[in-house]
Amino acid sequence: MPTLGADMSVGTLMTWLKQPGETVARGDIIAVVHTDKADVEVEVFTNGVLERVLVEPGAEVPVGTVLAVIREDGAPAAPPSAAPAPAAPAAPAPAEAGAHIAISPSARHLAEELGVDPALIEGSGPGGRIQRKDVEAAAAAGEAAAAPPPAPPPAPPTGLAVEDRNAAMRRAIAAAMSRSKREIPHFYLGQTIHMSNAIAWLAQENLRRPVPERLLHGVLLLKAIALALREVPELNAVWQGEELVLREDINVGVAIALRGGGLVAPAIHRTDQLSMDELMHAFRDLVSRARSWSLRSSEMTDPTITVTSLGERGVETVFGVIFPPQVAIVGFGTLVERPWISEGQVLICPVVNASLSADHRVTDGHRASAFLAAIDRLLQEPDEL
Amino acid sequence: MTTVKLTYREAVRAALSHALATDERVFLMGEDLGGYGGAFAVSLGLLDEYGPERVRNTPLSESGFVGAGIGAALGGMRPIVEVMTINFSLLALDQVVNNAATLHYMSGGQMSVPLVVRMATGGGRQLAAQHAHSLEAWYAHIPGIRALAPATVDDARGMLLAAVEDPDPVFIFEHATLYPLEDEVEEEPRPVDIAHAIVRREGMDVTLVTYGGSLGKCLDAAEQLQQDGIEAEVIDLRTLRPLDMSTVLASLAKTHRIVIVDEGWRTGSLAGEISAQIMESGFDLLDWPVQRLCSAEVPIPYAKHLEDAALPSAGRVAALVREMAI
Amino acid sequence: MSARAGGGHSTRSRPKAARAPTLDREHGLELLREMLRIRRFEERAAELYSLAKIRGFLHLYIGEEAVAVGVMQALTPDDGIVATYREHGQALARGLPAGSLMAEMFGKANGCSHGRGGSMHFFDISRRFYGGYAIVGGGMPIAVGLALADKLQQRMRVTACFFGEGAVAEGEFHESLNLAALWQVPVLFLCENNLYAMGTPIAQELAQTDIHLRAESYGIPAQAVDGMSVLDVEAAARVAAEEVRSGGGPRFLELRTYRYRAHSMADPDLYRTKEEIEHWRERDPIALFETRLREASLLTDADVATLESDIATELDEAVAVAEAGPLEPTEDLLKDVYTPTGA
Repeated sequence: MPTLGADMSVGTLMTWLKQPGETVARGDIIAVVHTDKADVEVEVFTNGVLERVLVEPGAEVPVGTVLAVIREDGAPAAPPSAAPAPAAPAAPAPAEAGAHIAISPSARHLAEELGVDPALIEGSGPGGRIQRKDVEAAAAAGEAAAAPPPAPPPAPPTGLAVEDRNAAMRRAIAAAMSRSKREIPHFYLGQTIHMSNAIAWLAQENLRRPVPERLLHGVLLLKAIALALREVPELNAVWQGEELVLREDINVGVAIALRGGGLVAPAIHRTDQLSMDELMHAFRDLVSRARSWSLRSSEMTDPTITVTSLGERGVETVFGVIFPPQVAIVGFGTLVERPWISEGQVLICPVVNASLSADHRVTDGHRASAFLAAIDRLLQEPDEL
Repeated sequence: MTTVKLTYREAVRAALSHALATDERVFLMGEDLGGYGGAFAVSLGLLDEYGPERVRNTPLSESGFVGAGIGAALGGMRPIVEVMTINFSLLALDQVVNNAATLHYMSGGQMSVPLVVRMATGGGRQLAAQHAHSLEAWYAHIPGIRALAPATVDDARGMLLAAVEDPDPVFIFEHATLYPLEDEVEEEPRPVDIAHAIVRREGMDVTLVTYGGSLGKCLDAAEQLQQDGIEAEVIDLRTLRPLDMSTVLASLAKTHRIVIVDEGWRTGSLAGEISAQIMESGFDLLDWPVQRLCSAEVPIPYAKHLEDAALPSAGRVAALVREMAI
Repeated sequence: MSARAGGGHSTRSRPKAARAPTLDREHGLELLREMLRIRRFEERAAELYSLAKIRGFLHLYIGEEAVAVGVMQALTPDDGIVATYREHGQALARGLPAGSLMAEMFGKANGCSHGRGGSMHFFDISRRFYGGYAIVGGGMPIAVGLALADKLQQRMRVTACFFGEGAVAEGEFHESLNLAALWQVPVLFLCENNLYAMGTPIAQELAQTDIHLRAESYGIPAQAVDGMSVLDVEAAARVAAEEVRSGGGPRFLELRTYRYRAHSMADPDLYRTKEEIEHWRERDPIALFETRLREASLLTDADVATLESDIATELDEAVAVAEAGPLEPTEDLLKDVYTPTGA
């Protein structure tokens, strides 16, 4: 049972997606695990054959329990140390249009009748197969919410009501945040960043993109954070066993609020290596999957830092609470126009307030301010991002 | 309406007696029918009433007397032949497949074979692998004959009377565990519809399709499931050939989930046929893959615990339904 | 296989000399005409098969004509007939129109089985011809059942049950003889012993080659008859049929005969010698009978010419009927699987 986030001590194996005897390849999803925070897909990181499963669906087991035995391919094809080769695909595979969606024939018809997009429904059947009741729930919830964003809230997994799951998530957040505030000596820095260059660059870039593929300014912020972390690597790290462990990959976790309440902060893997378009795609995919409870296990476990933004609510400054075992969280407020004095003149400029909450056990104000300064500098030269 | 309490065995006997009394073309033929009263005591007492010409003992010559039944039917009689068990009926398959089923067609419709053949089928009585199989599906495979599986006391009597009136060969499979089954039926024997399946219990959540000796198991399973809040609809196929799929599909349109319970072996089973027809005609109704519960693919064993494990049971039906995450 | 070992009938039990029926010119000509009709019909069928007008299996009766024609003299229109896949002779002798048989073999809707049966499955219920059965021995229980129906309905009728000696090794042969004897039903068993079960000589298929003895072991009066002599066959059949009809229970005739043609058109006939076939041709039932009629001054060249001419005309017409016959519409493929009810 992989650990899938802060304070997860147990998980429930929901479904095996591979059967003993089947070949598995690095990156394959072999199971779905229910945790207090989400239903997450369990990835494998090796090529081989699923020899046997040791935990049956429905069983709740502690983190660290061996779920299955995978016999690796005979030759040591990939030595463990030669980790992220440049060729390795960085972005999580975006859901392709027209990809196979597991849905029962009857549910497919019903979805057509009710005008619900099956791609946005989480199935409660084996392997996530969508059933009639999932469609019905999605349709009902869609009407109730009547919100412009396309994704209706997901139906609960088998055996769990929505209220139960929300309550469980609330408990998990409570545990993680309490631990964070109890154990981590936070300190906070803030900086206002001038966004004129970034906005102008974005406007120019979006001229050549169809509407659905246009970039949002958020991806510029993400990219800037990722690149700034290269300069201040001690913030791209976790605190484990009373010491700082630096992470090689820069996996920025993105806090995503869920419609039913609560939040998750899954990672965009190797954020620093993605192009703007890849990053935009990855971000959209992540939001969609987070809201349909279909994140992968690695996305839950791998963030090396988290970014949170409450800009859409008009909040100008956010001071976040660090997700253990990470050591920092970056906050962004809303993009607003403010008077800006430059060379003795008052100008009206778009600005964003960036904040940093950092763990004083591992860093201090000097290094932390260098990190914010790097973000600022990077955003002034968006061509370089 | 006056009713009377009958066992399944008495119901079959009542139908035989009624047919003998009302149609002089009817005669019975089979092993140990007369003095012995039939291996399952179905024809007990009929010899005294109707005499040895019309309640005719045969030697152990299944092919001979089933074939003679075909010939007598061609000759204007309405023979009702009893073959002791379905396993023994294999000795007569040449007559069934090559003659009874073909003659109307092969003669260009010139002759019909109004023959009724009854036999006991199925396991559950610790009779091992030469007396306990459920081979109805083999008969249901054959165009030109009708295959009936009465699961209730009323059907045991009414289907036999309908079969005697039918112009074509009708095979009736009486599950051997049903003979002591008791129920209240109308006093006056009458033929029943032999063209349609029937809903024996209504439910919204899942359809259980079955026939013969498995009907009781499915109704028991439905009771168990009700306690879990699952309402199972139970369909008794009644007629195995020609299959009435319209009743099955109508139920599936309501429940979207279906389990077929069939005491035959799974491979090449009636359950497989029904499943295939659902794929062809009811695919868009399905919210869950069609499930089958059949006998284990073994010669039915003697020891009770092994036989129990080999045959479908109410508990296994209910467990299968629960796995369907209703 | 020498003629003696493989191609000869048992010498231990010779056919009994039949009482010669009185032979007048009219009856003699009738017997000859019927045998010749069968012979010419079969020759025409072979030709049409080679022209691919007739397909499937075609088992010819050439050489065995005296059996069908002789037996049929003993039957009345009320009697029933159950035959085998080599039943053209019985069908013609029974009076099924040659055109309906030819049309059946052409697969036409005006065939005697509407094109559903073909050469092996002629049926004509109006003539109580209950069909050709192609599972060896498979017709025998049906014949017993037809006879049982007659007995139960107190009808004084005979069911004539034809089968080959190959059937004697089948269980249904024994079940049927046992049932018939046990119930004393009015069935006349007619074993056409032509010495070969397809390609297997009788000595390789039966431990007891005196087949009539097997029937006797069931308590059924039985005898062997020279199946190449139409008069012997007729005489024996008349006696046996009368005994059956009068309530004497089943009777059994072993009719010793031979087919000149191979088992079917598909048979290369590798299992017997040309000499053996030639030996039997010397006892050809038609040639023998013709000689006998001529010797008795009952037949002239002109008679033969007229017979041949009449038969040729009949067969031309039969082929024309078959050629002109309509095909059953494919839409009727599923018709007659079950009997229409309410009609």
